[in-house]
Amino acid sequence: MRYRHVLDFERPLVELETKLEELRSLDLAEHPELLEEIDRLTQEIEALHESTYSDLSAWEKVQLSRHPDRPKTQDYLETIFTDVVELHGDRLYGDDGAVVTALATIAGRRVAVAGHRKGKNIRENIARNFGMVHPEGFRKAMRLMRLADKFGLPLVTLIDTPGAYPGIEAEERGQAWAIAESLALLGGLGVPVVAVGIGEGGSGGALAIGFGDRLIMLENAYYSVITPEACASILHKDSEKASEVASCLALTADDLLRLGIADEIVPEPLGGAHRDPAPVFQEVRERIVSVLDGLAGVPAQELVEKRYERLRSIGVIDESAG
Amino acid sequence: MPDGVWSKCEGCRRIVYAGQLADNLRVCPHCGHHSDLTAIERIDLLADPGSFVELDAELTSCDPLRFVAAKAYVDNLAEARERCGLAEAVLCGRASISGHPVVLGAMDFRFIGASMGSAVGEKVARAFETAVSERRAVVFSTASGGARMQEGMLSLMQMLKTSAAVRRLAEERVPYISILTNPTTGGVTASFAVLADVVLAEPGALVGFAGPRVIEQSIKQHLPKGFQTSEFLLEHGMVDDVVPRGQLLARVTLLIDYLTGGGGEAS
Ligand SMILES: [Zn+2]
Repeated sequence: MRYRHVLDFERPLVELETKLEELRSLDLAEHPELLEEIDRLTQEIEALHESTYSDLSAWEKVQLSRHPDRPKTQDYLETIFTDVVELHGDRLYGDDGAVVTALATIAGRRVAVAGHRKGKNIRENIARNFGMVHPEGFRKAMRLMRLADKFGLPLVTLIDTPGAYPGIEAEERGQAWAIAESLALLGGLGVPVVAVGIGEGGSGGALAIGFGDRLIMLENAYYSVITPEACASILHKDSEKASEVASCLALTADDLLRLGIADEIVPEPLGGAHRDPAPVFQEVRERIVSVLDGLAGVPAQELVEKRYERLRSIGVIDESAG
Repeated sequence: MPDGVWSKCEGCRRIVYAGQLADNLRVCPHCGHHSDLTAIERIDLLADPGSFVELDAELTSCDPLRFVAAKAYVDNLAEARERCGLAEAVLCGRASISGHPVVLGAMDFRFIGASMGSAVGEKVARAFETAVSERRAVVFSTASGGARMQEGMLSLMQMLKTSAAVRRLAEERVPYISILTNPTTGGVTASFAVLADVVLAEPGALVGFAGPRVIEQSIKQHLPKGFQTSEFLLEHGMVDDVVPRGQLLARVTLLIDYLTGGGGEAS
């Protein structure tokens, strides 16, 4: 059997599936009595499959969003875009592997694409720092944003990062400065901006390229002010409480929709996008194109104003007199 | 001796008398260690006496996520209000600094680590908007542990909201001076705090994106001495200057003067 990454909450299901496979590998002509057992097990698996993957908790979704087989930015670039021209480097320090920037075409529309880039295996992940961005990655994205603005190319961003990298060099090169400047730039772009949460949305590192005129979230993608583990270790001094904290943080696509931060949700096949990526790619492509078409021809100033109003409306406050 | 009459300096561990410390802007007379100030003390340090008029004083946080982890957010809020005598972690208002009309802001670390939730973000954004419409320079003393976790994504979005507000200020060429004080980290550093035209920092302040403990856990080694201090940032080209508290008012005044067209010509 091919190696398969199993999440904790999938374990009971996988145990049954393994048992079924073992039974099937036996010579059934010799053991006809097993046929009934196989039938029973198949039904049990079907039911368990349904119950395992329906009504996922926030923490289960976080785990799914990090699944190693989950489609990554690179997969989207290869499937929903054509004529992709990658642009490297920030012109200041280096070329951060955790961010990819490119000019690309989606259903005939020319766009600029910036995405967090995680790897699919250890080797790729080391080269890409597991999608954790250094300042040069944000500055690379800013280069693309300026280019998009200058030449009137709509910006599409793909969000999938555990967060900005917490390290010595990242601080030395101004991690906070890079994120802040990216946020200010994003706010003022005179071209349509569509952000798509495809996996992990880890805090400021996600936000730096993670918002626009429309935020599309995949069903099992998350977006959070802090990772549940880090939040649990601060508030409970216990990172094991991550699952509990995850449901408090309002980090799922549904939560974001309810809070007026996300605009739409792309459904995923039962068990996650990696189970059957093709329809997910197609749906994401259609949603992006539809947003782009809706915003085509809107004057730059109006885009910026509308985006600002949208940002200004996010938050819940009390002004009734303290 | 009664409590509050003397304390041990966190910098040099020497005894400092309360009166002595107060007279010296809470800077240790022995080693120059800068103790944290409250938001009101920050305002008093810079504003012309009696000039500060608070904006949005009634604006406060709610508990939109009904957040409970270890402690309920509503209890955190109630305690912070009680202890600090403030409605929120930031004070913003109109004021004058050496006669210059400004919008002045200051954060209070005692209030849930001066973390930025919806209310802080909203007050900060409105402060910048007031500055744009009245063409007043902005002076902001920052201190913060980052985004307010208890408001989840609503807090994270305040980084973008405040950054976009600063961008509008910049577009209108209204000057903005920030003063990074101990400690300024996380989402506040990575948004409006460092987007100023001139960024100053107080000596010895901890300023950065990730907190030192988070970095140590991530890289599994101890951090070099002086890492993420104001002086470290100056050395790495991230701030314009490190200014001792006693010189802040004069420095800020001179900067506003330059950035508002040099109205108060040198004699
Ligand atoms: Zn001292």
